[in-house]
Amino acid sequence: MAGGVTAPSRTGEPAPASGAGSPARSRSGSPARPLRILVGVVGLAVTAWVVCTVFLAFAWYPQAFGGSDILIGLLGLVLGIGGAIVFFLFLNMAIEGLPSRLSGGVIPYAFLLPGLSLIGLMLIYPTAQTVIYSFANDRSTQWVGFQNYQRIFASGAFWQALLNNVLWVLVVPAITVAFGLAVAVLADKLSAPGEKTPKAMIFLPMAISFVGASTIWGTLIYAYARPGTAQTGLLNAVVVALGGEPQTWLQISDYRLNSLLMMVILIWLQTGFAMVLLSSAIKAVPEDTVEAGRIDGASEMRIFWQIIFPQVRGTVIAVFITILIVVLKVFDIVYVMTNGRNNTDVIANLFFRKLFTEQKAGEASAVVVVLLILGMPVLIFQVISFKRQEGGR
Amino acid sequence: MTGRMKAGRRRSPFAIVTMILLAILWTVPTLGLLVTSFRTREDAASTAWWTALFNPFGSGWTMDNYTQVFTNTNLGSTLINSIVVAVPATVLPIMFAAFAAYAFTFIKFRGKEILFILIVALMVVPIQVAFQPMLNLLGPRGLGISGEFVAVWLLHTGFGMPLAIYILRNYMTGLPGSLIESAKIAGASHYQTFWRLVAPLSLPAIAAFATLQFLWVWNDLLIAKLFLGGGSNTTIIVALQNLLGTQGQGAELLTAGAFISMLVPLIVFFSLQNFLVRGMTAGSVKG
Repeated sequence: MAGGVTAPSRTGEPAPASGAGSPARSRSGSPARPLRILVGVVGLAVTAWVVCTVFLAFAWYPQAFGGSDILIGLLGLVLGIGGAIVFFLFLNMAIEGLPSRLSGGVIPYAFLLPGLSLIGLMLIYPTAQTVIYSFANDRSTQWVGFQNYQRIFASGAFWQALLNNVLWVLVVPAITVAFGLAVAVLADKLSAPGEKTPKAMIFLPMAISFVGASTIWGTLIYAYARPGTAQTGLLNAVVVALGGEPQTWLQISDYRLNSLLMMVILIWLQTGFAMVLLSSAIKAVPEDTVEAGRIDGASEMRIFWQIIFPQVRGTVIAVFITILIVVLKVFDIVYVMTNGRNNTDVIANLFFRKLFTEQKAGEASAVVVVLLILGMPVLIFQVISFKRQEGGR
Repeated sequence: MTGRMKAGRRRSPFAIVTMILLAILWTVPTLGLLVTSFRTREDAASTAWWTALFNPFGSGWTMDNYTQVFTNTNLGSTLINSIVVAVPATVLPIMFAAFAAYAFTFIKFRGKEILFILIVALMVVPIQVAFQPMLNLLGPRGLGISGEFVAVWLLHTGFGMPLAIYILRNYMTGLPGSLIESAKIAGASHYQTFWRLVAPLSLPAIAAFATLQFLWVWNDLLIAKLFLGGGSNTTIIVALQNLLGTQGQGAELLTAGAFISMLVPLIVFFSLQNFLVRGMTAGSVKG
């Protein structure tokens, strides 16, 4: 049945009571082939052992590789890919050795095993552990009940950070999607070659890191120089040209101006992403629906809101949520530009400071649990909309 | 794709002008960085960068910032580190995710829906929740690999997994089901179907995920800072952030350093952006 490429023979007609256990042959499928199972299982173990050992050796004995980062990187790449290929090969071999009745049921779990194990190890286990830490003292040696939560809820800094986080969430996704949509609509009114370059120019910042973007905006746009000297920051240059006084923008917390200025950076980075996805959604809108509106003499505005928008609403929501998730845990920009000074703190930055600067692991865990809870409505929304989408397939 | 123009609609001058303005506005900061990185320290401090643009022959241009960055700072070696971090961390999740996505798309099994919902949910979970337990697990009291490349590869592989599975599965559901069905009838096992049919057909989605993951890993500050530290293995983004902290002395190197840190992701981004768009839109736009 299943193509036996590597197994030399069909040994063990009356399958010994090893491995899968049941010696009963299914009427339609192939019988168990213990040799394949054995080779597969041994191969799996050896592959896993070799890969783990060499990867640990990279970390423990980098000198053994001449201390060469490039060599370690190359070996890691080759061993990682090769190891994964060989791993799945043996996994498949072991499963095909099972009686076919069993193997059909086992194979999906086998395919999921490595990926889901990694998710379990790096995401599920630590999440549970962090929740546990949030009820323990800073060295996680003793339970302290809700004390960590009481402490953070009692501090003004926490509420300040929470308020700013809410502000980021309210402002950035909405404006980014609005810009992205506007640009996508405008681009759609240009000729095909004509829209390419401007779209690429707006898409470009997506490749720039938060740190790089903060460097750009901090030194070229928001920079401050004493009055009377040349203003090297664009914003102050404009203000001075209009007859104003240069400002240290990132220190002005009135109306959360400094936070808003940092939000501009994120909007600049993400608009291209929104535009690209929305643009392809708009292009997928059937032309005849738009044409019908035009024949009825509807204005372009009306056509957009009543014909195009309802058809791209799904994408608008998807893009909005994606950006929302990014904004919820915004860290780099605030950390690099102000580190939370002048009322600009956000939850993720507060977490970082609690954990490393103040060395308060318990409170840090409580802060990050709050971040997790803030994300819950988004999470539930995602799950519901996913289920609805699956139902529609 | 001649789009709507074929329909005989006139071009909108308003759209043309606005798009050009927006495109320029969006490029100004990056352009400013590029211009400043080639200016001498005195020029950069005494006049604004756009004056150099309007008066290109009256200003001092120099490559010094770039040579200085490579000779006087560790940015050159951190550039290599970034590549050593980012390439394996981009490639390693792909095969694990592809097999998982295959199972989620083409095989019926118990618990399929709940497991996939878990993956959708995990994409929302902030990675900060993982830091403290992972620092303990990988740190000196645990495996003792914190500070080494292996630790960061492992973390990025794990953190990237939900997105990878999600993107690949979305794409695979769009593949023609009849093709997979006929392979099954011809007697191919799932393993063979995966390698011969599904993996090659999913290459656009794989490229899309690889682009996103590469950008994310290259541009990451948090994980690199926490799990590689500031030592000899640190990435260029962490080095840039440290440079940003030291004001005054060497401030002119900052712009050159920032531009160097952006170069590789920009090349990757522009060479793979068509895949990126195709792979990302495959599943999401249907809704």
